[in-house]
Amino acid sequence: MYRERSAAPERATLAAGAAPASSPTAGIDLPAPAGEAEEWPGRRHVLDLDDFSAGEIARVLRTADAMKEILGRPIKQVPALRGLTVVTLFYEASTRTRVSFELAAKRLGADVVNVAAASSSVTKGESLLDTAHTLRALGADVLVMRHAEAGAPYVVAQHVGCMVLNAGDGWHAHPTQALLDLYTLRERLGRIAGRRVVIVGDILHSRVARSAVWGFTKLGAAVTLCGPPTLLPAGELPWPVAVEHDLDRALDGAEVVMALRLQRERQQAGLLPSLREYVRLYGLTAERLARAQPGAVVMHPGPMNEGVEIMPEVAYGAQSAIADQVTNGVAIRMALLYLLGGGAV
Amino acid sequence: MTPPLTATLGTSLGGWAGPDGERRSTPARLLVVGGRLLDPAGGLDRFADLRLRDGRIAAIEPRLAADDDEVVLDARGCVVAPGFVDLHCHLGEPGYEDRETLATGTRAAAAGGFTTVCCMGDTNPRLDCGAEIAALRARAAAAGVVRVLPIGCVTRGREGSELAELGELAAAGAVAFSDDARPVRGSRLLRHALAYSAMLGRPVVEHAVDADLAEGGLVHEGPVATWLGLPGVPAAAEEIAVARAIALARLTGGRLHLAHLSTAGAVDQVRAAQAEGLAVTAEVTPHHLLLTADVVRAGPDRRPYDTSTRLDPPLRSAADAAALVAAVADGTIAAVATDHRPQRQVDKDCEYAYAAPGATALETALGAIMELVVAERLSLQAAVRALTSGPAAVFGLDAGRLAVGGPADLVVFDPDAAWTVEPTRFHSRGKSTPLAGRTLHGRVRATLVGGALVFSTEC
Amino acid sequence: MTGEDVRRAVAKLARQIADRDAGSAGAGSDGSALLLVGLRTRGIPLAARLRRQLEELSGEPVALGRLDPTLYRDDLWLGRPRLEPTDVPVDVSGRRVVLVDDVLFTGRTVRAALDAIMDLGRPARVQLAVLVDRGHRELPIHADFVGQALATRREQRVAVRLHEIDGRDEVVLVDQAASTAERSSGVQRAIGGS
Repeated sequence: MYRERSAAPERATLAAGAAPASSPTAGIDLPAPAGEAEEWPGRRHVLDLDDFSAGEIARVLRTADAMKEILGRPIKQVPALRGLTVVTLFYEASTRTRVSFELAAKRLGADVVNVAAASSSVTKGESLLDTAHTLRALGADVLVMRHAEAGAPYVVAQHVGCMVLNAGDGWHAHPTQALLDLYTLRERLGRIAGRRVVIVGDILHSRVARSAVWGFTKLGAAVTLCGPPTLLPAGELPWPVAVEHDLDRALDGAEVVMALRLQRERQQAGLLPSLREYVRLYGLTAERLARAQPGAVVMHPGPMNEGVEIMPEVAYGAQSAIADQVTNGVAIRMALLYLLGGGAV
Repeated sequence: MTPPLTATLGTSLGGWAGPDGERRSTPARLLVVGGRLLDPAGGLDRFADLRLRDGRIAAIEPRLAADDDEVVLDARGCVVAPGFVDLHCHLGEPGYEDRETLATGTRAAAAGGFTTVCCMGDTNPRLDCGAEIAALRARAAAAGVVRVLPIGCVTRGREGSELAELGELAAAGAVAFSDDARPVRGSRLLRHALAYSAMLGRPVVEHAVDADLAEGGLVHEGPVATWLGLPGVPAAAEEIAVARAIALARLTGGRLHLAHLSTAGAVDQVRAAQAEGLAVTAEVTPHHLLLTADVVRAGPDRRPYDTSTRLDPPLRSAADAAALVAAVADGTIAAVATDHRPQRQVDKDCEYAYAAPGATALETALGAIMELVVAERLSLQAAVRALTSGPAAVFGLDAGRLAVGGPADLVVFDPDAAWTVEPTRFHSRGKSTPLAGRTLHGRVRATLVGGALVFSTEC
Repeated sequence: MTGEDVRRAVAKLARQIADRDAGSAGAGSDGSALLLVGLRTRGIPLAARLRRQLEELSGEPVALGRLDPTLYRDDLWLGRPRLEPTDVPVDVSGRRVVLVDDVLFTGRTVRAALDAIMDLGRPARVQLAVLVDRGHRELPIHADFVGQALATRREQRVAVRLHEIDGRDEVVLVDQAASTAERSSGVQRAIGGS
């Protein structure tokens, strides 16, 4: 458990157009050697990155390479998951993530059903477990769940017989987002280990931040969390990260900057004095970005509040990987659907 | 600590219903032999035999020979202690019988070695008037197998706006007043209640938490809350409320008893208040002594977000638990009280945020405390004191000791027996406990109330 | 097969692929351009060798691709094999595709590879070249070009080693049921000849 600034790793120079770690190579090469040691002992659920080893993450990323190739074909489909039924159960609306999962499943030949559930409360309507049991009885093999309460997918994983993929549970975790972020960064930067990463925004309420911290630290990056004290978790943190309240200081030497969405309700809840002050202190402007390493990668999980946590010229600028994040999301989700439920071979 | 006020609670309710619900005649002549007698109130810790007659202890001698018509209970290898006294449990009846009834709750108590339990008034209807108190006592006498003493609500309906008629509650048999599981929000109301408590000789049991600060919190605010993305309850929420209550106790000279403490900060305040001579006492649950917030995270044998860990107040840090254990050892916390709060399984098999807080605790209390004794963090004497004379003194009860002429309320337990917690085998209707599957040491072999055997295992 | 046997077999395959159709090597009798596609894992270096030899024979470039048919397998319920990259850099439509693999056994891998090729386009024709054909087909699949036919029992394993991956060229037959001691003492039979 750390709060102090971690020791500065050697600064990596980011040459423009640095070669990506692994792209399918044509010609007479041998099968591309694995960069990191991969492993996949097998799991039935993907609920959080906290129990993934670096080897498992490496396997997911490599599998996503193969999936991305399929997405480049004229016929974007393979029959690998034919006969599998994937049900998306979303208690929070989200077009982008849901469609991403739906496409991922369909590209692999699985059947997909989408269920948009009203906000769960035991007193109104069906309980979460009732719904999950019903879907299982109807033939769901995989439940892709998004829910407003932390831990909800764990309840389903414990009590219901299907495989569970967490598409976001409250403030807790969003493992597929973190994996696609890692994949996007690997495409752009090659190696993740030793990179200086800054995550700025409402960390306290962010499942994206928590999963990203797990992913980055497991692969050896140096992470700094930045935000106002009211939006950072109180007390000791369970990760080896540094904390910084001054964004300009945090950006000094940063190679990756991830901006998080600021929800307006936070201001209403008294956690911020005003939106204007937040923008002034924590908005990612082009001027601020210039303080980071040249070629630093800008990321955002979306949807963006342009003009609040990120300015349009940064969001759509040359250093932004935001569009790639969305594209890579389908490949990562295909990789996870393929790997779920399979043993090691 | 201020000396306990004596209060007679009526004659012993003779002729108890047995564990199977049928009335049994009390064996008039019983001899308990071979056990190690441990009675902190009387300063007893030696091997001795007890003779029980007509529901009372007739003799305590190193060796007693059995008469022909005496029933002999073999307590060799066991500790014989006063029947445990629980200052804080929720028995469900009236109104929440699907969680627990007086019958099932008292059987659970007997299985846990408790011969006297004090039940909270958050029933439906509330125990906020003399009639309800009397009705509960009558129902408990008919259906219960151990002594049940009611705690009346501080406010009408437990709504927190007007004081209940505390004098009437006391006269009807309430042994204390509490709005558990809520704090008394208004400071002025709490002040008045404490003022009455001094006059009536019964403590106000305050569930000490600053509701505003604690709002929405599900676990202890700290690294575990951060890891799991759950809103936290800061320790300060308890510390602020404890400070308020102690200040009001000082102001009124009233009797304040703090329910289920969970923080080191609260312990420090209680110790200082007692040193000052204020009538402030405190209790702690076995779970808060043995467990920390880590049990909500994943572990080698456990899943994260297990709702059996959802308690109010939440389990906290190792430093808090250590301070609470030290407070039990030095007597600052006079009582281990179970806060037995059974819930329906449907109210636990859900998202952590929607799970009802509380655990079934009567049947695991001894085992949990004994884990601390086995780990040498607490002496056996301190453990038994916290379950017997300590709580009896807090409420001024004629219980929690082995005295010749006193009621034959005893527990015989094997301090070394290992057993695994299997909720499906509980007598309680509530099956949710954070100790499920654990191996504990310390098993109740027999419980006697008024000389009648209300619980026994095959030894 | 010894190293020399392997090299001779590869050369034979190259000649056969070139001869199969009249006219210049690299073009079939119907004029469609050649595309060699190596199947993971050892089909890939084999395909690379064949390309080099075919280019020497004809003096013209030959297209080369690599394919992992795992996602088309019929036994994925057994587990999730690691995926290798697939890269076919030219359009397969209208081409003469020659799939290249080291061992032809039940035919299931080739069936999966065929389905994969079909999803990439509409080839003019698809042929199959293998270093070793060990029999025991379970599907109606046949190899157009065979380096060496081997009579094997079902329970035996054919281990192909290529110097690009294993450091040396050889083919050995291993008895699965044999004890470790027997295996190490040389139940392996090296097969010579053409």
